[in-house]
Amino acid sequence: MKRDLSIETRTLRRVFKGIPGAGDVVALDSVDLAIEDGEIFGLLGPNGAGKTTMIKILATLLLPTSGEAYVKGLEVSKNASKVRKVINLVSGGETPGYGILSVKENLWFFSQLYGLSRQAANDRIKGLVTQLGLDNYIDTRMSKLSTGFKQRLNLARGFINNPAVVFLDEPTLGLDVLSAKQLRTMIKSWMTDGTKTVLLTTHYMAEADEMCNRVGIIDQGRILACDTPQRLKAKIASRPSWKIEVTPNIQELDTLKTVPGVIGISEVSNIETGTSTLKLVLEDESVMSDLLSTISKNGSRVLNMGKSEPTLEDVYINLVGKGLQ
Amino acid sequence: MTLVSPTLRDEITANMRAAKARMWVRIKGGNRELTHYIAEVVLPVLTIGAYVILYKTLGLPSSLGAAVIIGGAMIAFWTNILWNMSAQWFWEKEMGNLEMYMVAPVSRMSVLLGMAMGGAINTSLRATGIILLGVFVFQVPFQVHDLLVAGLVFLLTVISLYGLGMVFASLYMLYGREAWHTNMLLQEPVFFLSGSYFPTIYVSVIPVWLQVTATLIPMTVGLDAIRRVTIQGQGLMAVWPHILALIVFIAILIPVARMALNYMENLGKREGRLTLRWQ
Repeated sequence: MKRDLSIETRTLRRVFKGIPGAGDVVALDSVDLAIEDGEIFGLLGPNGAGKTTMIKILATLLLPTSGEAYVKGLEVSKNASKVRKVINLVSGGETPGYGILSVKENLWFFSQLYGLSRQAANDRIKGLVTQLGLDNYIDTRMSKLSTGFKQRLNLARGFINNPAVVFLDEPTLGLDVLSAKQLRTMIKSWMTDGTKTVLLTTHYMAEADEMCNRVGIIDQGRILACDTPQRLKAKIASRPSWKIEVTPNIQELDTLKTVPGVIGISEVSNIETGTSTLKLVLEDESVMSDLLSTISKNGSRVLNMGKSEPTLEDVYINLVGKGLQ
Repeated sequence: MTLVSPTLRDEITANMRAAKARMWVRIKGGNRELTHYIAEVVLPVLTIGAYVILYKTLGLPSSLGAAVIIGGAMIAFWTNILWNMSAQWFWEKEMGNLEMYMVAPVSRMSVLLGMAMGGAINTSLRATGIILLGVFVFQVPFQVHDLLVAGLVFLLTVISLYGLGMVFASLYMLYGREAWHTNMLLQEPVFFLSGSYFPTIYVSVIPVWLQVTATLIPMTVGLDAIRRVTIQGQGLMAVWPHILALIVFIAILIPVARMALNYMENLGKREGRLTLRWQ
């Protein structure tokens, strides 16, 4: 059965005025997207790819330059007040609220911006603080909370109106492992009735892989691929992915990119150990000998190497030619 | 999922809840710490005291001291309007709250109304404190013959001032650091033009053009009326032009605030500056 669309964009484009002399910046370029009711859809991409711009347009905070964007069938720039009744937004790393108020008081305040009755607000607050492990801090002033707990409060706020569509913009940014896990568990349990929709932007590929029904990979304002994580990974299964640890740190990454048959490469450096971990997507295995020789010519030594199962990061490298880092 | 359209009654209830909640935040936040009271009641009395002592030393009528105490109380309102009303969207933006307000389905005017009501209540409490402390310390005379008129004039003054605050809040919406500078520019000139530290701007030593300019500020009109009613013991007949002017201010300022708010919000959404921080 075909489900209704929660979110849809048609040739959505947003251009920002650049700094004088630098020209305009195209943040979104003809983006077509269709997200069904009940989906957790992940938007993956590096900084500046257009993820936040997309969310801001859908959350009625920004007007598109051209094209259309719909939430629950409502065109967002023409029906902003109706759209706002069914959405909420959580921006990771943000800690909105008033420091002088307690957790409960802040949540009550935000509940009132959605017109919740006293009883509905209290029930909602009770449920959310339990789900997000804020029970022991309910009467603590926000200013006294640690950053992690402030972010949990922000997450609770984002679900205070039980929105039909929630936009999570890097929600686990800066969260500790436990808090991030609690958030993921909470979202999954919140989604169980099949009517809720989440649009999640993230840098964390593993998070997207674990949570999302489908992901869209976005770079320079364009959606490069859009499918389930399994299918995206399957598409590059024929292309070997390798993980190679070298020392000292690779200085000339670009020279590795020029090796024929290297489709994409990402590098994570560890300054403490002086090593670099390279992730490579190759045309085929025969590229390895040229690659190892180039690494050697660069003055680096291979410490470890192994073939790895394709991940979303490999999909990204395959499409963009570089990693997110 | 089918979207259910709320009734007009639902809409009004939701907006009233939002206004009440924003008012509650302001009252709660403003009164939770004693230091706020000390800073906002005791410290202004020191400035007022300097003028009262000056007038007493010069052997001038004690009514001048009373005028300054009333002026000092009204300064509390103007300060509140500039820093806690006009610049409020700026503070909210810096705290990361503006995005939350803009995503919420209630009218931004409800939020502004809540801020204004909370600010008016908080500042009225502080202004009362300033007047009581000033009267107690400096023993200056007040004579109110018509409490109803005094209350009406005060109420209209406060509403018109917060109406102006709402206009500024809307215009400041896209401000970054300019909010700070603009407030500094608006603070002292209005203290002067409204005649806060001297009995009235409407005296011959002040050029007529400056008096006319000053009359465009609700605080000047309101302050003059309040002083007439509470110090000179005048009644409705003396202050009806003031009342009329204040009503006109209110009738103009509130709709202008609404228009400015819509305009600035749309401008911000077009230019991408609505929730942009650290500008």
